Amino acid sequence: MISPRTLYDKIWDSHVVEEQRSGNSLLYIDRHIIHEVTSPQAFEGLRTAGRSLRRVETILAVPDHNVPTTADRETRVDSIESKTQLDALEHNCKEFNVDYIPMMDVRQGIVHIVGPEQGFTLPGTTLVCGDSHTSTHGAFGALAFGIGTSEVEHVMATQTLILKRSKNLRIDVSGPLGFGVTAKDVALAVIGKIGTAGGTGSVIEFTGSTFKNLSMEGRMTVCNMAIEGGARAGLIAPDEKTYDYIKGKPKAPKVAEFEGAVNYWNSLKSDPEAKYDNEVFINALDIVPQVTWGTSPEDVLPITGIIPDPINFKDPDKKASIERALDYMGLKAGTKLTDIKVDKVFIGSCTNGRIEDMRAVAAVVEGRKVTVVQALIVPGSGLVKLQAEHEGLDQIFIDAGFEWREPGCSMCLAMNADKILPQERCASTSNRNFEGRQGPKSRTHLVSPAMAAAAALSGYLTDIREL
Amino acid sequence: MDKFTKISSVAAPLPITNIDTDMIIPQNFLRTIERTGLGKHAFSNIRYNDDGSEQTDFILNQSAYRSAQILIAGENFGCGSSREHAPWALIDFGLRCVIAPSFADIFYGNSFKNGLLPIKLPQDIIDGLLKDAERGANAIFTVDLENLEITRPDGEVISFEIDAFRQHCLVNGLDEIGLTMERVEKISAFEKKQKVHQPWLYT
Repeated sequence: MISPRTLYDKIWDSHVVEEQRSGNSLLYIDRHIIHEVTSPQAFEGLRTAGRSLRRVETILAVPDHNVPTTADRETRVDSIESKTQLDALEHNCKEFNVDYIPMMDVRQGIVHIVGPEQGFTLPGTTLVCGDSHTSTHGAFGALAFGIGTSEVEHVMATQTLILKRSKNLRIDVSGPLGFGVTAKDVALAVIGKIGTAGGTGSVIEFTGSTFKNLSMEGRMTVCNMAIEGGARAGLIAPDEKTYDYIKGKPKAPKVAEFEGAVNYWNSLKSDPEAKYDNEVFINALDIVPQVTWGTSPEDVLPITGIIPDPINFKDPDKKASIERALDYMGLKAGTKLTDIKVDKVFIGSCTNGRIEDMRAVAAVVEGRKVTVVQALIVPGSGLVKLQAEHEGLDQIFIDAGFEWREPGCSMCLAMNADKILPQERCASTSNRNFEGRQGPKSRTHLVSPAMAAAAALSGYLTDIREL
Repeated sequence: MDKFTKISSVAAPLPITNIDTDMIIPQNFLRTIERTGLGKHAFSNIRYNDDGSEQTDFILNQSAYRSAQILIAGENFGCGSSREHAPWALIDFGLRCVIAPSFADIFYGNSFKNGLLPIKLPQDIIDGLLKDAERGANAIFTVDLENLEITRPDGEVISFEIDAFRQHCLVNGLDEIGLTMERVEKISAFEKKQKVHQPWLYT
């Protein structure tokens, strides 16, 4: 009898091409998404070695990191370097015959939003991309993880990777979410609990009623942030909600094959007796809206909190790290989080750039006015933008004083012209508050879309429950 | 990829925790289609002042450490993005080895593919190495990948562990893709079987 297995074990086992003497496995890769920043050197490597793509039909290409988000984007690529990368992607896709969604196509957007929208992301598959937030696709029960450019090339040439099996980390959150608490707050609370290295060497499976009750959009937000907890991948077992989302999408299994696929997908859950290497249990009712105060996603507190004092920490490394973070962020120990004034607000990214996020923001800002210097809403894809406009959300945003932009990664990592200036403070729905992340010397506070919207209105970090 | 067998060098102490990939190579410098030339931008935000001059207190700007091939850092080195530009930048700067209590998974894997050796050691041993490293030009370390040993400036030998396959590839400068392509029959057999069970992945 096969011993009980986790969801991760099952997907892993079903993709092992060969167990190697070294203790590593040659793992088959089903799906591969590429963008302009981490693929050019891989194509060049193939060309130099005279290698071809093993299965071109398993690759989907979309430009996202560098693209301008202004209406005149086609003629606005702001630097020669960006243009070179964008042109290289287009040229490489043509040369190697890769399915390519151009910048001006309505389907264009952030890779991790486009994959699911196109039905490219499927349960039980292995999916990779040269981007750490590939963990997002785990929301569909796909083993999805970010890889470096050498691995991008390895997958292109061989459709495999040489990997060591990860540990199983279970994060169980159960119970209903309180008013104003969202998937993003759950993700941040989890990282606050396990730390940014808590998931290193592990794949996280998110279990419990809280995740079960989240929409697919919410599940994607949670899995997206698994990497911020150090785990290369996050997983949620697929269910009816997953199948409903996938059904009818352009690249999803066609009607004749759908039932067979669902039959298989229904087997993708951890066995009741499966053993995890580590387990963490959280009561959803203990989670309140979260905000980061420092320069690592683990520097996170409930919005009701105050900036920590390094004096209270005995561990010299922790103490030094807090001192460094406070200095960088321009904050003083003991300050109430809600007394922190923000200059700009960014709503978007692969974490929170989906239609549900747009709706959450609209619900907060309708009929009100932005008071910060700049408030940007960047939909995650052209299809999200289209849907939001169909629902009239764009007008609500514009009336409130937001800038309504074209899709892309934008201010999440500031590779295009959308940047936070030195010492400016931003409430952001993105995923990283690292030093310089949103531009040199930029200061980032990670929050949910509703909390970002509230900050845009009041000009301060704000408890959405009291707005 | 350059082989890595043995190096002897001073080691630059940078005992900061969570040194992320944005810190190692900021976003502005990801807009390249080359693997080389990133060394001058490594740690850019903490290495240079706004006017482009060097920040004198940054460790790699100090004369004793300018040619360091070894960096000793804090926990969770390389966390964040999957950008291989991070090891490319460190290698192009001249570093060959990073010693830390722990590394983020993606950075750790990317390093081996570029001839950069990441070594994990317990914090108490690292604390000792950091003290040695602070002696600057007077403290030469030797890192021997074939024998999995670090020799401290005072001659003490410390062992470390590396996955045997990764060690083999790095010591011999092997191309993993070439090795995997020798397994093509196995890969084809896998695809044939998978196509029967999950035909929707092949339409």
